Amino acid sequence: MQSRLIFEQGRRGRRATRLPDGTMGDAAMSKYIPPKNLRTTPAALPEVSEIEMVRHFVNLARKNFSIDTHFYPLGSCTMKYNPKVNESIAGLPGFVAVHPWQPDETVQGLLELLWDMEQALVEITGMARFTFQPAAGAHGELTGLMLVRAYHDKKGNAKTSVVVPDSSHGTNPASTTISGYECVSVKSNARGEVDLDALAGALDDGVAAVMMTNPNTLGLFESRILEIRELAAKHDTLLYYDGANLNALLGVARPGDMGFDIVHLNLHKTFSTPHGGGGPGSGPVGVSERVAPFLPVPLVEKKGGRYVFDYGRPDTIGMVRSFFGNMGVVVRAYAYIKALGAEGLKRVGKAAVINANYLRARLEKVLTIPHPGPCMHEFVASAVKQKAKGVSAMDIAKALLDEGFHAPTTYFPLIVPEALMIEPTETETQETLDAFADAIEKIDRLVDEKGPEWFAEAPRTTPVTRLDEVGAARHPVLRWQKS
Amino acid sequence: MDFVPHTEDDFRTMLDAIGAELFEDLLAGIPDELRRFELRLPPGMPEQTLRTLCAEMARRNANVTTHQVFLGGGAYDHFIPSVVTALASRSEFVTAYTPYQAEASQGNLQAMFEYQTAMCELTGMAISNSSLYDGASATAEAAIAALNVARARSKIVVSKSVHPDYRTVLGSYMHGLDVEVVEVPTTDNGRTDLAALEHATDEQTAAVIMQSPSFFGCVEPMADGAEIAHRSGALFVAVVNPISLGVLAPPGEYGADVAVGEAQPLGIPLAYGGPYLGFFTCSDKVMRKMPGRLVGMTKDRTGRRGFVLTLQAREQHIRRDKATSNICTNQALMALHALIYLCAVGRDGIREVGELNVRTSHYAAEKIAALPGFELRFEAPFFNEFVVRCPTDPAEINRDLWREAGIIGGLELGRWYPELKDCLMFCVTETKTKENIDAFASSLESLACRVA
Amino acid sequence: MEFPDELRYTKSHEWARLNGDKAVCGITDYAQHELSDVVYVELPDIGTEVTAGEPCAVVESVKIAADVYAPLSGKVTRINAELDGAPEMVNATPYGAGWLFEVEMSTLAEADALMSADEYKAHTEAEKH
Repeated sequence: MQSRLIFEQGRRGRRATRLPDGTMGDAAMSKYIPPKNLRTTPAALPEVSEIEMVRHFVNLARKNFSIDTHFYPLGSCTMKYNPKVNESIAGLPGFVAVHPWQPDETVQGLLELLWDMEQALVEITGMARFTFQPAAGAHGELTGLMLVRAYHDKKGNAKTSVVVPDSSHGTNPASTTISGYECVSVKSNARGEVDLDALAGALDDGVAAVMMTNPNTLGLFESRILEIRELAAKHDTLLYYDGANLNALLGVARPGDMGFDIVHLNLHKTFSTPHGGGGPGSGPVGVSERVAPFLPVPLVEKKGGRYVFDYGRPDTIGMVRSFFGNMGVVVRAYAYIKALGAEGLKRVGKAAVINANYLRARLEKVLTIPHPGPCMHEFVASAVKQKAKGVSAMDIAKALLDEGFHAPTTYFPLIVPEALMIEPTETETQETLDAFADAIEKIDRLVDEKGPEWFAEAPRTTPVTRLDEVGAARHPVLRWQKS
Repeated sequence: MDFVPHTEDDFRTMLDAIGAELFEDLLAGIPDELRRFELRLPPGMPEQTLRTLCAEMARRNANVTTHQVFLGGGAYDHFIPSVVTALASRSEFVTAYTPYQAEASQGNLQAMFEYQTAMCELTGMAISNSSLYDGASATAEAAIAALNVARARSKIVVSKSVHPDYRTVLGSYMHGLDVEVVEVPTTDNGRTDLAALEHATDEQTAAVIMQSPSFFGCVEPMADGAEIAHRSGALFVAVVNPISLGVLAPPGEYGADVAVGEAQPLGIPLAYGGPYLGFFTCSDKVMRKMPGRLVGMTKDRTGRRGFVLTLQAREQHIRRDKATSNICTNQALMALHALIYLCAVGRDGIREVGELNVRTSHYAAEKIAALPGFELRFEAPFFNEFVVRCPTDPAEINRDLWREAGIIGGLELGRWYPELKDCLMFCVTETKTKENIDAFASSLESLACRVA
Repeated sequence: MEFPDELRYTKSHEWARLNGDKAVCGITDYAQHELSDVVYVELPDIGTEVTAGEPCAVVESVKIAADVYAPLSGKVTRINAELDGAPEMVNATPYGAGWLFEVEMSTLAEADALMSADEYKAHTEAEKH
């Protein structure tokens, strides 16, 4: 049965929410605002009762895969369990009903939380100070590159480019462009690590920063990171850490100790806040002492037992968004860190790495693992064997949906053909990992038994089968219209 | 308390399956010197202790459920129907990922398609994306889109009655791109000086940006701004408050090429500044340069209607360094809040809530302006915020209001506009009753109109 | 796979049909096959100066945005506006109705550096390995 849009439901005059009636009189708007500024044609929003709304949205929700219903081994996304206690804390009126312009003295609880959270992140990452303004990882990257520019401008360094590994997430090169830098790509070696000779060749006095993630997007630790730090230092090139893969390092190693000047974190990855179907996230940016003067304003300071927002930072880059950040997300991550404590965070790193290696060991016969040997929190497999028989990574992903699993990340990183990037996270039981591995083995058998035509029709059990993406792109229909 | 299900036995079993003796064997590639640190954090705690700790912190924050607050300036206290919170907290929406695997995400994708439709209806624009971070960054992204549409141009013109923090963010974004940002002053009446706007806009201008209601709450001459922009071949970018569009003429009707803003007023809590909802709508000609995710309607193999992320070639995961924006994670769940809110109030309700805001704020303005020494600073028509000149120091008034009446007053404008340092901006939405306003006016009178 | 004899080719899978000092350009059958369904083509504006070997247009499929490199330097004199409503022509007839743009060449000698059909065919075979 075809689902109806909310716009295709309801009747003229139906309402869900009513407002207090006539309490402020009923003078026409033209008494207050000139008619030329008034709306004449009503917005054709739905006219539905509350029960119609509820059934509509609950039934929509039921069409989604989600962490609460399915295993989601998406590499680079860290789809760990989202604790319910975080939701109940973030929903307290003392967090959720606070106006951002309230004077500092009326929000000491929140300012203390931000202060305490900053101390915790400093400790976890080995950086010196943090800003909570960026609303997501990519926003953090942009902020970080603005900090890079401010640092070099202050020193009078003429810098025009940023070096990015060819294995990097797409946001890295995109961020370099919108911050006004030229993007220079360096290749990875056979181990998927940054090729040091290529990097040395690309580094010159015009390079403002090198953006990296560690472990890299193949789930492997950049073993020569300390040499990379030395190479960069020769040209006063800053080192930027993309924190998407921090889950592997919790309790294991710290980007600050590796020599990174700027770090962004993804609270919606490493720190358990929910993905919300695409957001909101939060991308706090941590910096070393030499970059701290340039951070966006305001920062939280503690002055004689009181907490205040400090705007008095003369070298600041300004602001990257209104107010102070996605506070609701920060509160959830704070609750997570407080709940776990030092030992809990270490267990996260340990279990994340063990889970990934366990799954890798189970899958290494049925999928090709281009970089054998221990991985960290994720690994990249390749479906080249299956592709040779006509079944691609995409086909395997679709077949997995019918087996009750969300697919891994596909076709990333670009340096591995038919890539399947798998990150189980630490919150999955061994039984779930075994069930997933069993499903992959079953799919591999089906490649021989059924052939590519059968796979082209997967998924079969989802609310829709494969969608015409070509038609959607050639003739975009981006809104509903009454015909 | 942690959420790792493994016991030590589990770890042992799994390490054996991997073929490793110790967990540390899996970390062989990491230099020793990086492993020598101590994570000096307090120990973890069980849920009961955690909730007590956080509840205590929450209690130390005044909030709109415990105190009267008259602040606006980019974040607004509006009534949020229970149905919004209930539906938007369904865990299948909350814990879902970005809908890259469309067949597994039809709930999310259809909701975003409906959100896009609702925003187009509200703004009168042709296309909407499925969210950006907030109104300020959306304004910066609008400038970038305009620069991508008119590649040879490198100037952005923006009115000073646009939110000062939005202008700061715009400046931060434009700084690295070598783009000139020209700020146009307001007249003494608080509205954009159109003659100055005309003078600043030329063949080098990619976009002219104005806000209505402005930061000061005033209705701005947007149609005139659009005309000035178009005469020089520039795009007109309107920054608007979507909850005002049930009453005020929408940007699609006065010639906006791009309409952006902060949609927090639509069913999203104040939450001390975020997560909020930047919306981005535009005309067809800007479509290919839009930032952010777009959901399109299509069919599956059996002819059934379905929804899918489309025009992805604009985005970072495909276009990389040539993408229209670097945005990846957006504010999808907040867009869901906004959609549900708009469905809850509906076609008639969006007009009614706007009308109630206008009537309530004007009732308050009249009462306050009648107090000795207080006067409305601007003559321009306003929506739900207004600027008032005060008889005594605004900071002192606010301090006294808080300490003696437990009221959080208006926004002190002097920090951004030195010429308005004797003014406070009060925001009065549909959440205020006559009693609330009368009590507020009475407190103001006794505190600010005291004879020294 | 088609390799019309009368055309000249680049290593990056573009073709040029020379006619005096003008050249009509597009992407090859090999290229459209790699991309699969083309959904959109971004063409340069008429009057733009393009440089041989530099990106000057973009051909998009659902999952890929591929740069098109100018086979020859010069000024863009015509673009194929039909592609806006029918990008699939690039797949169906890459050498005919799926042409992209025409340049007025600034350096006629550049044409000599382009490959013949046979040379290009050999190049595509080598790329496959």
